[in-house]
Formats: sequence, C-alpha cells, structure tokens
Amino acid sequence: MKIQQHWYHNLWLWSILYFSLGFVNILFALLGLISFCLPLLFAIFGGNKLFCNRYCDRGQFLRFFGSKLGLSRRHDIPDWMHSNIFRYGFMIFFFAMFGGILYTTWLVYMEINSLSEVVTLFWCLEFPWSWAGTTAVSPAVAQFAFGLYSLMLTSELIALAAMLYYRPRAWCTFCPMGTLTQMICKRKIATKG
Amino acid sequence: MTVSVKRRRAKILPQQCVACGTCLDVCPRGALSIFHGSFAQVDITRCVGCGLCARECPAGIIKLEVIE
Repeated sequence: MKIQQHWYHNLWLWSILYFSLGFVNILFALLGLISFCLPLLFAIFGGNKLFCNRYCDRGQFLRFFGSKLGLSRRHDIPDWMHSNIFRYGFMIFFFAMFGGILYTTWLVYMEINSLSEVVTLFWCLEFPWSWAGTTAVSPAVAQFAFGLYSLMLTSELIALAAMLYYRPRAWCTFCPMGTLTQMICKRKIATKG
Repeated sequence: MTVSVKRRRAKILPQQCVACGTCLDVCPRGALSIFHGSFAQVDITRCVGCGLCARECPAGIIKLEVIE
C-alpha cells in the first residue's frame, strides 16, 4: 500500500528557504507572519486545522527529516509533554514572548530604544545579526522582523530537538499555534451545540 | 474445530488527541479524519490495522486493539 504524495509534502522547502532568507535580509522574517495568520484563518473561518494537517511547512519539515530520512530516534514522548497543562502553559508563554516582541517594537517606534540588530535564541542568548539588517524600512519594522525571526528560529530548534529524540512530529503535540487553533475549533463546536 | 480470526484496528483517545493530522498523512487507506479540528477519528470499515498511524502519532495516543 503506497501512500500518495501531494504537492504540500514538499512544503518543508519553504522552512529552509525562510530561514535562509532571514540570514541574508531580516525583512524576509516578516514572511513568518503567514505561519501565524493562516492557521488562525483556517480555524476561525473554516473551523478546522487544515493548516496543521496539510500545509504547515514545519510539520512537513519534521515529517521529511524525521520520518522519510529517518533522523528521528522515535522515543515515546512523556505524558506531561502533551498534557493540557503543559500545552496551554507553553502557549501562554509563547504568546507572552510574542507580546514582548511587540513591546520592544513599540519602544523602538517611540525612539525610547534604538534598533537592536541581534537574534535572540531561547529568549536569552543574543547573537549579532547586523549583516542582515536593513535601512530600507523604519527601525521599528526591522526590530519586529528581528524579534519574529528570533521566535521562529527558537521554536524551530525546539521542534528539531524534539524530532531528533522523540517522534518526527513531537513538536506538534505542544505547538502553540496548534493548541490555539484546536481551542478555537473546540469552542466553535461548543457554540454550535 | 472453531477458528477465530483476530484482526486489529486503530483506537484513538479523543481527549488526548492534539489533531495534528500526522495520522492522516500516513494512513494508506484514508481511514482517518479530523473531526472539526478537534480530534482524529477512525473509520472502522476502512481501517486494516496496519499500525502506521500508531507508529507515527507524536503523542502516542493511537493504540491497536484486537477485535475477534
């Protein structure tokens, strides 16, 4: 029984392209907003998780490298890691960090702080990233791009580590966007009765 | 002499399912679907109990149950 291949199985290429482009010019990091908006649109208007199920580039990336290339060690994920407490806790933490990015952007916009051309990994490790900086847009937009790229790269590294040790798509069990969209879908069912 | 045929089929724990859709991708029979973005469900008429979904489920909440 052969599993049918679809075009969206190649979306893992988008993940690689996204992080490569952000290495060249930080403005490309803004494309990461697609990964924020699309799942929400699917959940709010469609009442489904079609983005997670098919079109998530990270999901396809983890599937390709973990499952198809066999890089995953396939250990069982601990129960706490897909428990509601951890999932919702991580989602709140993740969006609090996103709020921090917006706040930093605001400070730069108000000229209280100057543009910080660094990529912050795991919310504390700062790496200089000035070669990807740009003067084509306002410092606030560039600051937001640096923040978004930091968030995307941090979550990608967590997803990669989870893929290597646990099952290929272990990240999906506690992905903040997945948790949020599932919450929206469940709420929609509840309101429909 | 009676012969009992044992078959297997996938069983999902809906309360623990994160609806990521990994199982949909690997099922060669298209026996799985996501119920309104909330949890995965199995069409027992299509499931052949191959176990691919149980192997791939990142949360490990798909089990194979034996049916007589």
